[in-house]
Amino acid sequence: MFAKQLTVFIENRAGRLSEVLSVLKENKVNILSMSLADTTEYGLLRLIVDNATLGKEKLIENGFSSLLSDVSIIKIAHTAGSLQTLLKVIDKGGVNIEYMYGLSIESEDAYVVLKASDSEKIDEILNANGVKTLSCEDLAHI
Amino acid sequence: MIWNETKECMSRDQMTALQSARLVKLVDYMYHNVEFYRKKMQAIGLMPGDIKGLEDLTKLPFTTKDDLRDNYPFGLFAVPNSQIVRIHASSGTTGKATVVGYTRHDLDVWAECVARCMTMAGVTKEDVIQIAYGYGLFTGGLGAHDGAQKIGATVVPMSTGNTKKLTTMMIDFGATAIACTPSYLLHISEALAEEGLLDKIKLKSAICGAEPWTEKMHKEIESRLNIKAFDIYGLSEVMGPGVACDCEFHKGLHVCEDHFYPEILDSATLTPVADGEVGELAFTTLTKEGIPLIRYRTKDLTSLDRTPCECGRTSARISRFKGRVDDMLIIRGVNVFPSQIEAALVEVEEVTPHYMMIVDRVNNLDTLEVQVELDQKYYTDEIRVIEALTKKIAHVIQQALGINAKVKIVEPQSLVRSQGKAVHVIDNRKLY
Ligand SMILES: [Zn+2]
Repeated sequence: MFAKQLTVFIENRAGRLSEVLSVLKENKVNILSMSLADTTEYGLLRLIVDNATLGKEKLIENGFSSLLSDVSIIKIAHTAGSLQTLLKVIDKGGVNIEYMYGLSIESEDAYVVLKASDSEKIDEILNANGVKTLSCEDLAHI
Repeated sequence: MIWNETKECMSRDQMTALQSARLVKLVDYMYHNVEFYRKKMQAIGLMPGDIKGLEDLTKLPFTTKDDLRDNYPFGLFAVPNSQIVRIHASSGTTGKATVVGYTRHDLDVWAECVARCMTMAGVTKEDVIQIAYGYGLFTGGLGAHDGAQKIGATVVPMSTGNTKKLTTMMIDFGATAIACTPSYLLHISEALAEEGLLDKIKLKSAICGAEPWTEKMHKEIESRLNIKAFDIYGLSEVMGPGVACDCEFHKGLHVCEDHFYPEILDSATLTPVADGEVGELAFTTLTKEGIPLIRYRTKDLTSLDRTPCECGRTSARISRFKGRVDDMLIIRGVNVFPSQIEAALVEVEEVTPHYMMIVDRVNNLDTLEVQVELDQKYYTDEIRVIEALTKKIAHVIQQALGINAKVKIVEPQSLVRSQGKAVHVIDNRKLY
Protein backbone atom coordinates (compact mmCIF):
# COMPACT_ATOMS: atom_id res chain seq x y z
CA MET A 1 0.00 0.00 0.00
CA PHE A 2 1.16 3.51 -0.78
CA ALA A 3 0.51 6.74 0.93
CA LYS A 4 0.38 10.10 -0.85
CA GLN A 5 3.13 12.42 0.24
CA LEU A 6 2.75 16.14 -0.37
CA THR A 7 5.97 17.88 -1.46
CA VAL A 8 6.52 21.64 -1.60
CA PHE A 9 9.57 23.30 -3.18
CA ILE A 10 10.48 26.33 -1.11
CA GLU A 11 13.24 28.86 -1.57
CA ASN A 12 15.39 29.61 1.42
CA ARG A 13 13.63 32.87 2.21
CA ALA A 14 12.57 33.99 5.65
CA GLY A 15 9.00 33.06 6.47
CA ARG A 16 8.40 30.76 3.50
CA LEU A 17 8.01 27.62 5.60
CA SER A 18 5.54 29.23 7.93
CA GLU A 19 3.50 30.50 4.96
CA VAL A 20 3.14 26.91 3.73
CA LEU A 21 2.06 25.78 7.17
CA SER A 22 -0.47 28.56 7.48
CA VAL A 23 -2.11 27.64 4.14
CA LEU A 24 -2.50 24.08 5.42
CA LYS A 25 -3.81 25.23 8.78
CA GLU A 26 -6.38 27.57 7.25
CA ASN A 27 -7.72 24.67 5.21
CA LYS A 28 -7.68 22.31 8.18
CA VAL A 29 -5.14 20.00 6.61
CA ASN A 30 -3.49 18.21 9.48
CA ILE A 31 0.22 17.36 9.35
CA LEU A 32 1.07 13.86 10.53
CA SER A 33 4.74 13.81 9.65
CA MET A 34 7.21 15.98 7.84
CA SER A 35 10.80 16.28 6.72
CA LEU A 36 12.69 19.22 5.29
CA ALA A 37 15.54 18.36 2.94
CA ASP A 38 17.49 21.53 2.45
CA THR A 39 20.29 22.74 0.22
CA THR A 40 21.90 26.18 0.30
CA GLU A 41 19.36 27.52 -2.19
CA TYR A 42 16.10 25.76 -1.58
CA GLY A 43 14.36 23.11 0.47
CA LEU A 44 11.99 20.29 -0.25
CA LEU A 45 9.31 20.10 2.35
CA ARG A 46 7.88 16.59 2.39
CA LEU A 47 4.65 16.16 4.29
CA ILE A 48 2.37 13.34 5.27
CA VAL A 49 -1.03 14.94 5.87
CA ASP A 50 -4.57 13.70 6.46
CA ASN A 51 -5.85 15.19 3.18
CA ALA A 52 -3.05 15.38 0.62
CA THR A 53 -5.30 16.16 -2.37
CA LEU A 54 -6.86 19.16 -0.64
CA GLY A 55 -3.45 20.29 0.59
CA LYS A 56 -2.00 20.20 -2.91
CA GLU A 57 -4.92 22.11 -4.39
CA LYS A 58 -4.82 24.84 -1.77
CA LEU A 59 -1.04 25.27 -1.97
CA ILE A 60 -1.13 25.69 -5.75
CA GLU A 61 -3.97 28.20 -5.37
CA ASN A 62 -1.67 30.16 -3.09
CA GLY A 63 1.21 30.18 -5.54
CA PHE A 64 3.28 27.32 -4.20
CA SER A 65 4.66 24.37 -6.11
CA SER A 66 3.03 21.22 -4.89
CA LEU A 67 2.99 17.62 -5.96
CA LEU A 68 1.90 14.23 -4.71
CA SER A 69 4.11 11.16 -4.78
CA ASP A 70 3.81 7.57 -3.64
CA VAL A 71 5.70 6.66 -0.51
CA SER A 72 5.56 3.72 1.87
CA ILE A 73 4.72 4.27 5.52
CA ILE A 74 6.03 1.40 7.57
CA LYS A 75 5.53 0.54 11.18
CA ILE A 76 8.57 -0.86 12.91
CA ALA A 77 9.21 -1.89 16.50
CA HIS A 78 10.68 0.85 18.60
CA THR A 79 13.69 -1.29 19.44
CA ALA A 80 17.34 -1.28 18.57
CA GLY A 81 18.07 -2.91 15.21
CA SER A 82 14.53 -2.96 13.82
CA LEU A 83 15.27 -0.31 11.21
CA GLN A 84 18.36 -2.20 10.11
CA THR A 85 16.31 -5.36 9.73
CA LEU A 86 13.89 -3.50 7.45
CA LEU A 87 16.70 -2.04 5.35
CA LYS A 88 18.24 -5.49 4.91
CA VAL A 89 14.96 -6.75 3.51
CA ILE A 90 14.76 -3.85 1.05
CA ASP A 91 18.43 -4.20 0.06
CA LYS A 92 17.98 -7.87 -0.65
CA GLY A 93 15.04 -7.04 -2.89
CA GLY A 94 17.35 -4.88 -5.01
CA VAL A 95 15.71 -1.45 -4.81
CA ASN A 96 17.33 1.77 -3.71
CA ILE A 97 15.92 4.14 -1.14
CA GLU A 98 15.70 7.67 -2.50
CA TYR A 99 14.98 9.19 0.87
CA MET A 100 13.55 8.30 4.21
CA TYR A 101 12.40 10.01 7.36
CA GLY A 102 10.87 8.83 10.57
CA LEU A 103 8.36 9.68 13.17
CA SER A 104 7.69 8.18 16.51
CA ILE A 105 4.14 8.23 17.75
CA GLU A 106 3.78 5.62 20.39
CA SER A 107 6.14 4.20 22.93
CA GLU A 108 6.29 0.71 21.41
CA ASP A 109 6.14 1.48 17.73
CA ALA A 110 7.93 3.83 15.36
CA TYR A 111 7.00 4.76 11.81
CA VAL A 112 9.22 5.46 8.87
CA VAL A 113 8.29 7.03 5.57
CA LEU A 114 10.38 5.96 2.61
CA LYS A 115 10.52 6.44 -1.10
CA ALA A 116 12.14 3.73 -3.18
CA SER A 117 13.60 3.89 -6.67
CA ASP A 118 11.02 1.36 -7.86
CA SER A 119 7.61 1.86 -6.29
CA GLU A 120 5.99 -1.32 -7.65
CA LYS A 121 8.80 -3.48 -6.47
CA ILE A 122 9.07 -2.00 -2.99
CA ASP A 123 5.44 -2.91 -2.37
CA GLU A 124 6.04 -6.49 -3.48
CA ILE A 125 9.12 -6.79 -1.31
CA LEU A 126 7.39 -5.41 1.76
CA ASN A 127 4.32 -7.62 1.29
CA ALA A 128 6.40 -10.73 0.65
CA ASN A 129 8.26 -10.14 3.88
CA GLY A 130 5.19 -9.42 5.94
CA VAL A 131 6.08 -5.79 6.54
CA LYS A 132 2.97 -3.80 7.23
CA THR A 133 2.45 -0.54 5.32
CA LEU A 134 -0.06 2.10 6.28
CA SER A 135 -2.19 4.67 4.54
CA CYS A 136 -2.40 8.30 5.64
CA GLU A 137 -5.82 7.57 7.20
CA ASP A 138 -4.35 4.71 9.20
CA LEU A 139 -1.70 7.06 10.48
CA ALA A 140 -4.24 9.75 11.24
CA HIS A 141 -6.18 7.36 13.46
CA ILE A 142 -3.31 6.25 15.58
CA MET B 1 55.87 58.65 -27.54
CA ILE B 2 53.61 58.77 -30.58
CA TRP B 3 53.64 55.79 -32.95
CA ASN B 4 52.60 57.56 -36.16
CA GLU B 5 52.94 61.31 -35.79
CA THR B 6 51.95 61.98 -39.41
CA LYS B 7 48.52 60.43 -38.91
CA GLU B 8 47.92 61.05 -35.22
CA CYS B 9 48.89 64.72 -35.21
CA MET B 10 47.40 65.89 -38.53
CA SER B 11 45.75 69.28 -38.68
CA ARG B 12 41.96 69.14 -38.66
CA ASP B 13 41.80 70.35 -42.27
CA GLN B 14 44.23 67.70 -43.47
CA MET B 15 42.35 65.00 -41.59
CA THR B 16 39.00 66.07 -43.04
CA ALA B 17 40.49 66.09 -46.55
CA LEU B 18 41.96 62.61 -46.05
CA GLN B 19 38.69 61.25 -44.63
CA SER B 20 36.70 62.79 -47.48
CA ALA B 21 38.94 61.28 -50.15
CA ARG B 22 38.82 57.87 -48.45
CA LEU B 23 35.04 58.00 -48.06
CA VAL B 24 34.52 58.73 -51.77
CA LYS B 25 36.74 55.77 -52.67
CA LEU B 26 35.04 53.53 -50.09
CA VAL B 27 31.51 54.21 -51.35
CA ASP B 28 32.54 53.47 -54.92
CA TYR B 29 34.30 50.27 -53.77
CA MET B 30 31.29 49.08 -51.79
CA TYR B 31 28.79 49.90 -54.51
CA HIS B 32 30.70 47.72 -56.92
CA ASN B 33 31.65 44.90 -54.57
CA VAL B 34 28.84 44.42 -52.05
CA GLU B 35 25.43 43.63 -53.46
CA PHE B 36 23.75 44.48 -50.15
CA TYR B 37 25.03 48.08 -50.25
CA ARG B 38 24.41 48.47 -53.96
CA LYS B 39 20.75 47.50 -53.49
CA LYS B 40 20.44 49.70 -50.43
CA MET B 41 21.80 52.69 -52.35
CA GLN B 42 19.71 51.97 -55.43
CA ALA B 43 16.60 51.78 -53.26
CA ILE B 44 17.07 55.44 -52.27
CA GLY B 45 18.31 56.53 -55.69
CA LEU B 46 21.87 57.12 -54.60
CA MET B 47 24.83 56.67 -56.95
CA PRO B 48 28.49 56.50 -55.84
CA GLY B 49 29.11 59.82 -57.61
CA ASP B 50 26.63 61.53 -55.27
CA ILE B 51 29.09 61.16 -52.40
CA LYS B 52 31.69 63.85 -52.91
CA GLY B 53 33.05 64.07 -49.40
CA LEU B 54 32.30 63.85 -45.68
CA GLU B 55 29.53 66.44 -46.08
CA ASP B 56 27.52 63.81 -48.00
CA LEU B 57 27.96 61.04 -45.42
CA THR B 58 24.50 61.53 -43.92
CA LYS B 59 22.94 60.67 -47.30
CA LEU B 60 24.15 57.10 -46.78
CA PRO B 61 22.06 54.52 -44.91
CA PHE B 62 23.12 53.04 -41.57
CA THR B 63 24.43 49.52 -41.06
CA THR B 64 23.41 47.50 -38.02
CA LYS B 65 24.34 44.23 -36.36
CA ASP B 66 21.12 42.79 -37.80
CA ASP B 67 22.48 43.44 -41.30
CA LEU B 68 25.52 41.33 -40.47
CA ARG B 69 23.35 38.60 -39.00
CA ASP B 70 20.94 38.60 -41.95
CA ASN B 71 23.86 38.19 -44.32
CA TYR B 72 25.51 35.44 -42.29
CA PRO B 73 28.18 34.31 -42.79
CA PHE B 74 29.96 36.09 -45.64
CA GLY B 75 27.21 38.13 -47.32
CA LEU B 76 28.73 41.54 -46.56
CA PHE B 77 32.27 40.61 -47.59
CA ALA B 78 33.59 42.79 -50.42
CA VAL B 79 36.25 40.36 -51.58
CA PRO B 80 36.27 36.66 -52.49
CA ASN B 81 37.45 34.25 -49.81
CA SER B 82 40.76 33.83 -51.63
CA GLN B 83 41.68 37.29 -50.36
CA ILE B 84 40.40 36.75 -46.83
CA VAL B 85 43.21 35.60 -44.55
CA ARG B 86 41.46 35.61 -41.15
CA ILE B 87 37.97 35.20 -39.77
CA HIS B 88 36.73 36.35 -36.36
CA ALA B 89 33.27 36.08 -34.88
CA SER B 90 31.30 37.35 -31.93
CA SER B 91 27.95 36.40 -30.48
CA GLY B 92 24.84 38.13 -31.77
CA THR B 93 21.42 38.88 -30.37
CA THR B 94 20.25 35.42 -31.35
CA GLY B 95 22.12 32.16 -31.72
CA LYS B 96 23.86 33.25 -34.90
CA ALA B 97 27.38 34.63 -34.69
CA THR B 98 28.47 37.90 -36.28
CA VAL B 99 31.25 36.99 -38.69
CA VAL B 100 33.98 39.32 -39.94
CA GLY B 101 36.78 38.68 -42.44
CA TYR B 102 40.14 40.40 -42.85
CA THR B 103 42.38 40.75 -45.87
CA ARG B 104 46.15 40.90 -45.40
CA HIS B 105 45.89 44.70 -45.67
CA ASP B 106 43.13 44.77 -43.01
CA LEU B 107 45.37 42.86 -40.61
CA ASP B 108 48.19 45.34 -41.29
CA VAL B 109 45.89 48.28 -40.52
CA TRP B 110 44.67 46.54 -37.39
CA ALA B 111 48.21 45.95 -36.14
CA GLU B 112 49.02 49.59 -36.95
CA CYS B 113 46.04 50.84 -34.90
CA VAL B 114 46.85 48.58 -31.94
CA ALA B 115 50.48 49.70 -32.14
CA ARG B 116 49.33 53.33 -31.86
CA CYS B 117 47.19 52.45 -28.85
CA MET B 118 49.88 50.49 -27.08
CA THR B 119 52.38 53.28 -27.71
CA MET B 120 49.88 55.65 -26.06
CA ALA B 121 50.05 53.30 -23.09
CA GLY B 122 53.82 53.59 -23.06
CA VAL B 123 54.64 50.19 -24.55
CA THR B 124 57.88 50.03 -26.57
CA LYS B 125 60.05 47.29 -28.06
CA GLU B 126 61.85 47.07 -24.72
CA ASP B 127 58.71 45.77 -23.02
CA VAL B 128 57.63 42.23 -22.20
CA ILE B 129 53.85 42.15 -22.63
CA GLN B 130 51.45 39.44 -21.55
CA ILE B 131 48.36 39.21 -23.71
CA ALA B 132 45.67 37.84 -21.41
CA TYR B 133 42.62 38.21 -23.63
CA GLY B 134 41.08 35.05 -25.02
CA TYR B 135 42.73 33.83 -28.20
CA GLY B 136 40.34 32.43 -30.77
CA LEU B 137 37.28 33.72 -32.57
CA PHE B 138 37.21 36.63 -30.11
CA THR B 139 39.23 39.54 -31.55
CA GLY B 140 40.88 40.47 -28.24
CA GLY B 141 43.74 37.99 -28.10
CA LEU B 142 45.04 37.98 -31.67
CA GLY B 143 44.30 41.68 -32.18
CA ALA B 144 46.37 42.81 -29.20
CA HIS B 145 49.00 40.22 -30.09
CA ASP B 146 49.63 41.52 -33.62
CA GLY B 147 49.83 45.14 -32.47
CA ALA B 148 52.31 44.41 -29.69
CA GLN B 149 54.38 42.35 -32.10
CA LYS B 150 54.39 45.23 -34.61
CA ILE B 151 55.88 47.50 -31.94
CA GLY B 152 58.53 44.86 -31.39
CA ALA B 153 57.68 44.14 -27.78
CA THR B 154 58.31 40.64 -26.43
CA VAL B 155 54.86 39.12 -26.67
CA VAL B 156 53.72 36.42 -24.25
CA PRO B 157 50.42 34.94 -25.55
CA MET B 158 48.91 33.92 -22.19
CA SER B 159 45.26 33.86 -23.23
CA THR B 160 42.85 33.50 -20.28
CA GLY B 161 42.00 30.92 -17.70
CA ASN B 162 45.16 30.16 -15.76
CA THR B 163 45.82 32.98 -13.30
CA LYS B 164 48.50 31.05 -11.37
CA LYS B 165 50.56 30.48 -14.50
CA LEU B 166 50.06 34.10 -15.50
CA THR B 167 51.32 35.53 -12.20
CA THR B 168 54.26 33.12 -12.09
CA MET B 169 55.34 34.10 -15.61
CA MET B 170 54.69 37.79 -14.90
CA ILE B 171 57.38 37.58 -12.23
CA ASP B 172 59.74 35.09 -13.90
CA PHE B 173 59.70 36.87 -17.28
CA GLY B 174 59.77 40.34 -15.74
CA ALA B 175 56.65 41.37 -17.65
CA THR B 176 56.34 45.16 -17.87
CA ALA B 177 52.95 45.37 -19.60
CA ILE B 178 49.73 43.42 -19.78
CA ALA B 179 46.65 43.50 -22.00
CA CYS B 180 43.45 42.04 -20.54
CA THR B 181 39.97 42.99 -19.34
CA PRO B 182 39.98 45.44 -16.40
CA SER B 183 38.03 43.05 -14.18
CA TYR B 184 40.50 40.26 -14.87
CA LEU B 185 43.38 42.58 -14.00
CA LEU B 186 41.77 43.34 -10.64
CA HIS B 187 41.44 39.62 -10.11
CA ILE B 188 45.12 39.15 -10.98
CA SER B 189 46.07 41.89 -8.52
CA GLU B 190 44.19 40.07 -5.79
CA ALA B 191 45.89 36.80 -6.65
CA LEU B 192 49.28 38.55 -6.43
CA ALA B 193 48.36 40.15 -3.12
CA GLU B 194 47.23 36.85 -1.65
CA GLU B 195 50.55 35.24 -2.48
CA GLY B 196 52.46 38.27 -1.19
CA LEU B 197 54.01 38.80 -4.63
CA LEU B 198 53.01 42.41 -5.31
CA ASP B 199 56.53 43.73 -4.73
CA LYS B 200 58.03 41.12 -7.06
CA ILE B 201 56.37 42.38 -10.25
CA LYS B 202 57.94 44.74 -12.79
CA LEU B 203 54.63 45.76 -14.39
CA LYS B 204 54.41 49.37 -15.59
CA SER B 205 51.31 49.59 -17.71
CA ALA B 206 48.09 47.81 -18.56
CA ILE B 207 45.98 48.08 -21.69
CA CYS B 208 42.48 47.14 -20.65
CA GLY B 209 39.35 46.80 -22.72
CA ALA B 210 36.55 44.55 -24.01
CA GLU B 211 34.21 45.72 -21.25
CA PRO B 212 33.16 49.05 -19.74
CA TRP B 213 34.88 50.06 -16.51
CA THR B 214 34.47 52.92 -14.12
CA GLU B 215 36.89 55.64 -13.04
CA LYS B 216 36.88 53.95 -9.64
CA MET B 217 38.11 50.66 -11.14
CA HIS B 218 40.75 52.58 -13.08
CA LYS B 219 42.10 54.16 -9.89
CA GLU B 220 41.91 50.88 -8.03
CA ILE B 221 43.94 49.03 -10.67
CA GLU B 222 46.58 51.77 -10.73
CA SER B 223 46.98 51.98 -6.97
CA ARG B 224 46.92 48.26 -6.26
CA LEU B 225 49.55 47.39 -8.85
CA ASN B 226 51.35 50.73 -8.85
CA ILE B 227 51.04 50.96 -12.66
CA LYS B 228 49.38 53.14 -15.31
CA ALA B 229 46.21 51.71 -16.82
CA PHE B 230 44.81 52.61 -20.24
CA ASP B 231 41.44 52.08 -21.81
CA ILE B 232 41.40 50.46 -25.27
CA TYR B 233 38.18 50.30 -27.27
CA GLY B 234 37.05 48.38 -30.28
CA LEU B 235 34.42 46.05 -31.60
CA SER B 236 34.84 43.10 -33.89
CA GLU B 237 32.39 44.38 -36.52
CA VAL B 238 34.53 47.51 -37.01
CA MET B 239 37.89 45.76 -36.49
CA GLY B 240 38.53 44.65 -32.90
CA PRO B 241 40.49 46.33 -30.11
CA GLY B 242 42.45 49.35 -31.29
CA VAL B 243 39.70 51.51 -32.76
CA ALA B 244 40.42 53.99 -29.94
CA CYS B 245 42.57 54.25 -26.81
CA ASP B 246 43.26 56.81 -24.10
CA CYS B 247 46.59 58.54 -23.63
CA GLU B 248 48.37 59.47 -20.39
CA PHE B 249 46.08 62.48 -19.94
CA HIS B 250 42.95 60.30 -19.82
CA LYS B 251 40.76 62.94 -21.44
CA GLY B 252 38.87 60.54 -23.66
CA LEU B 253 39.92 57.84 -26.11
CA HIS B 254 41.79 58.87 -29.27
CA VAL B 255 40.08 57.38 -32.32
CA CYS B 256 42.22 56.11 -35.22
CA GLU B 257 40.04 58.38 -37.33
CA ASP B 258 42.07 58.13 -40.53
CA HIS B 259 40.70 54.55 -40.62
CA PHE B 260 37.44 54.83 -38.70
CA TYR B 261 35.25 57.89 -39.10
CA PRO B 262 33.21 58.46 -35.92
CA GLU B 263 29.74 60.00 -35.78
CA ILE B 264 27.61 60.66 -32.71
CA LEU B 265 23.90 60.30 -33.41
CA ASP B 266 20.89 61.63 -31.59
CA SER B 267 19.22 58.54 -30.09
CA ALA B 268 15.77 59.54 -31.27
CA THR B 269 16.33 61.16 -34.68
CA LEU B 270 19.62 59.43 -35.61
CA THR B 271 20.97 62.71 -36.93
CA PRO B 272 24.52 63.76 -35.97
CA VAL B 273 24.75 65.86 -32.80
CA ALA B 274 27.26 68.60 -32.00
CA ASP B 275 30.65 67.74 -30.51
CA GLY B 276 30.33 67.28 -26.76
CA GLU B 277 26.76 66.05 -26.88
CA VAL B 278 25.99 62.46 -25.91
CA GLY B 279 24.56 60.08 -28.50
CA GLU B 280 25.07 56.75 -30.20
CA LEU B 281 28.50 56.15 -31.68
CA ALA B 282 28.66 55.05 -35.34
CA PHE B 283 31.69 54.21 -37.44
CA THR B 284 32.44 54.23 -41.14
CA THR B 285 35.45 52.03 -41.87
CA LEU B 286 37.39 54.22 -44.31
CA THR B 287 40.07 51.75 -45.38
CA LYS B 288 38.71 48.29 -44.72
CA GLU B 289 38.72 45.79 -47.59
CA GLY B 290 37.28 42.54 -46.21
CA ILE B 291 34.05 43.74 -44.65
CA PRO B 292 33.83 47.51 -44.91
CA LEU B 293 30.89 49.08 -43.09
CA ILE B 294 29.16 52.41 -43.63
CA ARG B 295 27.76 54.23 -40.60
CA TYR B 296 27.79 51.13 -38.43
CA ARG B 297 25.74 51.74 -35.29
CA THR B 298 27.69 50.55 -32.25
CA LYS B 299 24.83 51.09 -29.75
CA ASP B 300 27.42 52.57 -27.38
CA LEU B 301 26.58 55.99 -25.92
CA THR B 302 29.38 58.56 -25.82
CA SER B 303 30.35 62.07 -26.97
CA LEU B 304 33.06 63.39 -29.28
CA ASP B 305 35.81 65.96 -28.70
CA ARG B 306 37.76 67.14 -31.78
CA THR B 307 39.99 69.65 -29.99
CA PRO B 308 43.73 68.83 -29.85
CA CYS B 309 44.89 66.91 -26.77
CA GLU B 310 47.66 67.85 -24.35
CA CYS B 311 49.59 64.79 -25.53
CA GLY B 312 50.09 66.38 -28.94
CA ARG B 313 47.67 64.17 -30.80
CA THR B 314 44.92 65.88 -32.77
CA SER B 315 42.76 62.81 -33.33
CA ALA B 316 39.16 63.02 -32.14
CA ARG B 317 38.47 61.63 -28.70
CA ILE B 318 35.39 59.75 -27.50
CA SER B 319 34.43 60.19 -23.87
CA ARG B 320 34.13 57.40 -21.31
CA PHE B 321 31.06 55.37 -22.28
CA LYS B 322 27.74 56.48 -20.87
CA GLY B 323 25.79 53.29 -21.48
CA ARG B 324 24.17 51.27 -24.21
CA VAL B 325 21.29 51.96 -26.56
CA ASP B 326 20.18 48.31 -26.37
CA ASP B 327 20.08 45.76 -23.57
CA MET B 328 23.45 44.17 -24.35
CA LEU B 329 25.51 43.21 -21.33
CA ILE B 330 29.21 42.53 -21.33
CA ILE B 331 29.96 39.71 -18.93
CA ARG B 332 33.58 38.61 -18.54
CA GLY B 333 34.28 40.33 -21.85
CA VAL B 334 31.57 38.38 -23.65
CA ASN B 335 28.61 40.18 -25.24
CA VAL B 336 25.38 38.81 -23.85
CA PHE B 337 21.84 39.68 -24.85
CA PRO B 338 18.92 38.68 -22.63
CA SER B 339 17.21 37.41 -25.79
CA GLN B 340 19.91 34.72 -26.06
CA ILE B 341 18.95 33.37 -22.64
CA GLU B 342 15.32 33.48 -23.66
CA ALA B 343 16.02 31.50 -26.83
CA ALA B 344 18.11 28.98 -24.92
CA LEU B 345 15.45 28.40 -22.28
CA VAL B 346 12.82 27.62 -24.91
CA GLU B 347 14.78 24.42 -25.54
CA VAL B 348 14.26 23.30 -21.94
CA GLU B 349 10.81 21.80 -21.60
CA GLU B 350 10.76 21.89 -17.81
CA VAL B 351 11.06 25.68 -17.44
CA THR B 352 8.58 28.50 -18.00
CA PRO B 353 9.51 31.49 -20.23
CA HIS B 354 10.01 33.65 -17.14
CA TYR B 355 13.60 34.27 -16.13
CA MET B 356 15.79 36.79 -14.38
CA MET B 357 19.48 37.44 -14.95
CA ILE B 358 21.44 38.75 -12.00
CA VAL B 359 24.84 40.11 -12.95
CA ASP B 360 27.32 40.97 -10.25
CA ARG B 361 31.01 41.30 -9.66
CA VAL B 362 32.50 39.11 -6.94
CA ASN B 363 36.24 39.34 -6.25
CA ASN B 364 36.43 41.39 -9.44
CA LEU B 365 35.07 38.63 -11.63
CA ASP B 366 31.70 38.98 -13.26
CA THR B 367 29.09 36.51 -12.15
CA LEU B 368 25.85 35.62 -13.84
CA GLU B 369 22.98 33.96 -12.05
CA VAL B 370 19.95 32.92 -14.05
CA GLN B 371 16.78 32.33 -12.09
CA VAL B 372 14.12 30.17 -13.66
CA GLU B 373 10.74 28.85 -12.66
CA LEU B 374 9.76 25.30 -13.45
CA ASP B 375 6.51 24.37 -15.04
CA GLN B 376 4.31 23.32 -12.10
CA LYS B 377 4.33 19.65 -13.13
CA TYR B 378 8.13 19.43 -13.07
CA TYR B 379 8.65 20.36 -9.44
CA THR B 380 9.75 17.16 -7.79
CA ASP B 381 10.19 15.51 -4.42
CA GLU B 382 13.77 14.47 -5.17
CA ILE B 383 16.79 16.77 -4.79
CA ARG B 384 18.73 14.59 -7.23
CA VAL B 385 16.24 15.47 -9.99
CA ILE B 386 16.45 19.21 -9.27
CA GLU B 387 20.25 19.12 -9.26
CA ALA B 388 20.30 17.28 -12.59
CA LEU B 389 17.88 19.79 -14.08
CA THR B 390 19.95 22.70 -12.81
CA LYS B 391 23.01 21.23 -14.52
CA LYS B 392 21.10 20.68 -17.74
CA ILE B 393 19.89 24.31 -17.85
CA ALA B 394 23.39 25.59 -17.07
CA HIS B 395 24.73 23.52 -19.94
CA VAL B 396 22.15 24.87 -22.38
CA ILE B 397 23.02 28.44 -21.34
CA GLN B 398 26.75 27.72 -21.61
CA GLN B 399 26.24 26.42 -25.14
CA ALA B 400 24.21 29.46 -26.16
CA LEU B 401 26.28 32.21 -24.51
CA GLY B 402 29.74 30.75 -24.17
CA ILE B 403 29.88 31.65 -20.50
CA ASN B 404 29.09 29.75 -17.34
CA ALA B 405 26.03 30.80 -15.41
CA LYS B 406 24.85 29.74 -12.02
CA VAL B 407 21.30 28.49 -12.43
CA LYS B 408 18.85 28.89 -9.59
CA ILE B 409 15.46 27.27 -9.70
CA VAL B 410 12.92 29.39 -7.87
CA GLU B 411 9.34 28.93 -6.73
CA PRO B 412 6.50 29.13 -9.25
CA GLN B 413 5.14 32.65 -9.85
CA SER B 414 8.02 34.19 -7.91
CA LEU B 415 9.69 36.05 -10.80
CA VAL B 416 8.31 39.48 -11.52
CA ARG B 417 5.74 39.65 -14.28
CA SER B 418 5.59 43.19 -15.48
CA GLN B 419 3.14 44.90 -17.75
CA GLY B 420 4.74 45.89 -21.04
CA LYS B 421 8.48 45.53 -21.33
CA ALA B 422 9.58 42.87 -18.89
CA VAL B 423 12.62 43.44 -16.72
CA HIS B 424 14.94 40.49 -17.17
CA VAL B 425 18.20 41.89 -15.88
CA ILE B 426 19.48 43.13 -12.55
CA ASP B 427 23.01 44.41 -13.04
CA ASN B 428 24.62 45.16 -9.70
CA ARG B 429 27.98 46.15 -11.19
CA LYS B 430 27.18 49.85 -11.79
CA LEU B 431 29.50 50.17 -14.77
CA TYR B 432 28.33 53.45 -16.21
ZN1 LIG C 1 45.94 62.57 -25.76
